[in-house]
Order: sequence, then structure tokens, then C-alpha cells
Amino acid sequence: MAERVLMKGNEAIAEAAIRAGCRHYFGYPITPQTEIAAYMAKKMPKIGGVFLQAESEIASINMVYGAAAAGMRVMTSSSSPGISLKAEGLSYIAGSDIPAFVVNVQRGGPGLGGIQPSQSDYFQATKGGGHGDYKMIVLAPASVQEMASLTIKGFNLADKYRMTAMILADGTIGQMMEPISFEDAEIETYEKPWALTGTNCERKHNVVNSLYLQPDELEKKNFERYERYKVIEQTEPMWEEYQMEDAELCVVAFGIASRVAKNAVAAARAEGIKVGLIRPITLWPFPTKALNAAADKVKGFISVELSMGQMIEDVRLATQCKRPVALCNRCGGMIPSPDEVLESIRKAQKGEF
Amino acid sequence: MEHKRLTLFAGHYGSGKTNIAVNYALHLAAEGKKVCIADLDIVNPYFRTADSAEDLENAGVTLISPQFANSNVDLPALPAESYRLVQDKSIYGIMDIGGDDRGAYALGRFAPMILEEGNYRMAFVANCYRPLTRTPEDALEILKEIETACGLKFTCLVNNSNLGPETTPETILDSLDYIEKLSLLSGLPLWLHTAEASVAPALPETLKPVLPLRLQEKYFALPSQKPQNRPLWG
Repeated sequence: MAERVLMKGNEAIAEAAIRAGCRHYFGYPITPQTEIAAYMAKKMPKIGGVFLQAESEIASINMVYGAAAAGMRVMTSSSSPGISLKAEGLSYIAGSDIPAFVVNVQRGGPGLGGIQPSQSDYFQATKGGGHGDYKMIVLAPASVQEMASLTIKGFNLADKYRMTAMILADGTIGQMMEPISFEDAEIETYEKPWALTGTNCERKHNVVNSLYLQPDELEKKNFERYERYKVIEQTEPMWEEYQMEDAELCVVAFGIASRVAKNAVAAARAEGIKVGLIRPITLWPFPTKALNAAADKVKGFISVELSMGQMIEDVRLATQCKRPVALCNRCGGMIPSPDEVLESIRKAQKGEF
Repeated sequence: MEHKRLTLFAGHYGSGKTNIAVNYALHLAAEGKKVCIADLDIVNPYFRTADSAEDLENAGVTLISPQFANSNVDLPALPAESYRLVQDKSIYGIMDIGGDDRGAYALGRFAPMILEEGNYRMAFVANCYRPLTRTPEDALEILKEIETACGLKFTCLVNNSNLGPETTPETILDSLDYIEKLSLLSGLPLWLHTAEASVAPALPETLKPVLPLRLQEKYFALPSQKPQNRPLWG
């Protein structure tokens, strides 16, 4: 058996990033993700890497932009308000088609909000956040083990598709401790002929840039980028199905909400209610096919979220509004209890959505 | 077990200081002592002594906790009552110090008074399954950083090696070489082993003393991981 260690979710991200070959971390502290920076500060100097606390979030995302342009595996991490500050840089990185890895350990919003867990940056992560037409690969871990494995996956996908991969976690998973191992870490490496590594006067120089002087060139770039996004939507969705075989109702939840929801599903099953759960692991690309297939079997969905209802829109789109979708939610740093989710399941069983 | 008037728990963040401090406070209270516990963690606003406020109150333990603990106010400030621990010599005082050197800076202001009284025990809490204290050498580095930050020297070690819900007696027995080596490197004696209350009885009798820990049940266990006796929601 692989070696087991007891880790916080935030530490698991940092350690996994190092194992994935990340040697450049630029960040700015904010609760509840500061352990990522603290871990990097401790470890990077020992392995010849760079830990740099920038003067601001905006500075740190632009340092990521620079290091990524030079072909490095690089990351930054923050929590909700900090990600808003990084949004401009995320858009520039997308417009330049370079790989980056970004972590958002969400807290309650909007504004300065609070420091307790939340999932209310779903729209920001999956629909943009920054300006312009672009997507990020968004990964939603539901355990400390997944914080590690999806970090490695995120670095791989970012390099593969030359775009940003984001871990969208929350304060609970960031702070909680669970035993994990790093046994299945599969590090993929990709050639980066576009990287700014110096020409040695042997090749034409590379340019990394998001500015296009001719509108038709910019349009062509956008069309090309969206062709790449189409491939990702076809090949990269990840999700977990739990007790869906004979389900008549389907709970949809990601991250920490899915753990609460699983307990509620188990309790509802004990009452004889045939309910299952689909847990999106990638939020973009959203597991549209799985949800749409479920819509042909179940009589309704319950979206469980730590927000005012954001993913619920993607559930409705994915299922083409074939079935009603109820919302079971808490926000502002509060987490729904299994009893609250169970009550929503009971209502849905009675046809109340 | 012999008790000092002041007991300080410090160590790497996530090493288990808060759980041990709370359980030790309950242990002292069960012996009929007048106990006061102070949460001096100004670093991590998420997991705190105040989470156990009800248990402590029921046991008659006085809790001194930052005014804004468990709220959205991420304010590194200590309440004035913290001084009671060093000034009121009729009580047994327990200090739960924040993680690493950063967490230990807050202790510095009490250090002269603690040294003057000279009736304290300062325990370095170690878990060999934590990645940044995986080797005795790594743990020693953090131990020294904490001493520099707070101006006090550790007097003993607490072996809190565990893998959370996966902890078995073997998990703890496998840590003995580690803690012995850390004891040798630091020159500090081992004071306590700890074990979750359900694991403690299965440990060999030669292993002592052991402080059995009752843990907060605020654990997002999945149905498959959940012991039968645990409520759905802690």
C-alpha cells in the first residue's frame, strides 16, 4: 500500500502541484486558502523552486502569465475576492493560449463577504469572470484525496489544451484533514514549442500576446479556440454516479455539498425513496450527457448548492428542461444539513419542486 | 500524571494541538482541578477551541477565546482576559497556541511572566503522518522556529501521530521510532502519547502514558466511512 499521510485539503493541493512539476508559485494570502502559500513557502526553497508573495493578487496572476509564457508549470491560489482581482489576468492568459493552474478555495460573497465555505463562484469560474470569449477547465474536488489528484489532472489538462485549469474548492475541503496517498500520480509532459525560452539565434522568436491589430485575425483566433473547447466538451467531462441504477429522483451536487447530499441519499434510500446522485467533477466541461441521459429516467432533479442557485442553470440546460429541477441551498458560509437535503428529496418524491 | 500550573501546547499547524488542549483540560477538570483554557491561536480562524465550548462549559472549564472566534472577523487579536492564565495562580491554565512560528508569536508577550513563575510545561505536539513533519529533522526545524518566535523553550513532546479516521494501534506503534529520534535530537522527554478514545484501549499496556482523545464529530464522513454510532451530522 502506498504511504498514507494526514493532510489538509490546501496542503494536498500544494504537495500535488510540486509533484506535478510546478516550481513557481505566486500568490497573496487570503483565508481560507493560506495553507497553500504557507506550504509552498516552506517547500519551494528546499527543492530549487520559487515561492513569491506578490504585492497583490493582480501582480501574482501576471507573474503566472509571465512564467507560463516561458513554458513553466506555474500556479497561483486565492479565495473568492482574490479571484475577482485576478480576473483580468485570467482573460489575458486565455487570450494568449498559454497553460496556467489556478486555485479558488471559495468563501461567502459577494463583496468581502465572509471567510466561511461557499460555492457561489460557480458562475465566475464556469462562465468567465474575466472579459471576452473564453473558458477555463474547472475541477471540483470533494475530498482531500481529490484535491491532490485533480491538481495533477489540472496541470496535465492545462498543458494539453494550453489554457487555464482551475480547482474550484471551498473553505471546508481546503481546511479539513483526511488521510491520503499520492500513488496514482500520472504526470504527463507536453512539448511547448511556443514558449519564450530564448531563440539561441537558431529559430524565429516566439510571441505570447493577447492583442490582435486586425479584427479578422482576432475572430479567427476565437473560432480556433472554440474548436479546441468543443473537443474538451466531448472528451473531458468527469462525473460520479451514486445509486443511480434504479433512481427515480436525481440529486446533483459537487464538492462539499455532494458529501452532505450522499448522506441524505442514503437516509432517503432507508425510507424507501429511490434516489441517486450525480456529482459533476468537472464543472466545465459540464457532464451534460450524463445529466441528459438521467433526465430520460428520473422524474426530477434536486440541485444542492452552497449558493443562491448557480449550477441549477446548467442542470436545466443539460436536461433541456425535460424534468423539473428543485433547489436545496444555503449560502453566505452556511452548509445545508443532510436533514435539509432529505426534506427536499421527500418533497420531490411527492412531486413538489 | 503530574501537572504543572501552566500547560502550553504548540507545534506544526494541524498537528492536533487544539484537540489535545481541550481533552487535557477535560482530563484536569475530571480530577477536580479548577481549569481555565485560553485559545491563543491568532492564525487559523477555522478550527478552534471555541468549537468545544459546550463540552468545556459542561465540565466546568473556563474558556477564554478571541471575541470573534468562529465568525467572519479574521482579526488577529487576543482578549484581555488571556492575562488571567498567568496572573491568577489559583487555577490550572492551558494555552492552545497557534500553529508554527507564526502562531507562536502571540505567546511571546506572556513569556516573561511564564518564565518568572517557572511552573509550566510546554509540549511540542508531533504527528509523523503530517507531510511537513514527516521526518524527525523536519519536526525539529519547526520546533526550533517556534522557540525562537515565542521566547520559551519546550519542555517535552506529545506524540499525536495519527491518520485521522484510519488510525489503528499499528499506526501509533509505527510512530515510536520517529518520536524516540525526535526526543534524542531535541533532548526533550516524551510526556504523552495520544489516541482517539476507541483506539486507546487496543494499545499495548507498555505504551504509556496515553491520553485518550474524544474528538469533535464535525466530520464530513461519507456513508461508507461512517461508524454506525455516529449521527448523520456532528
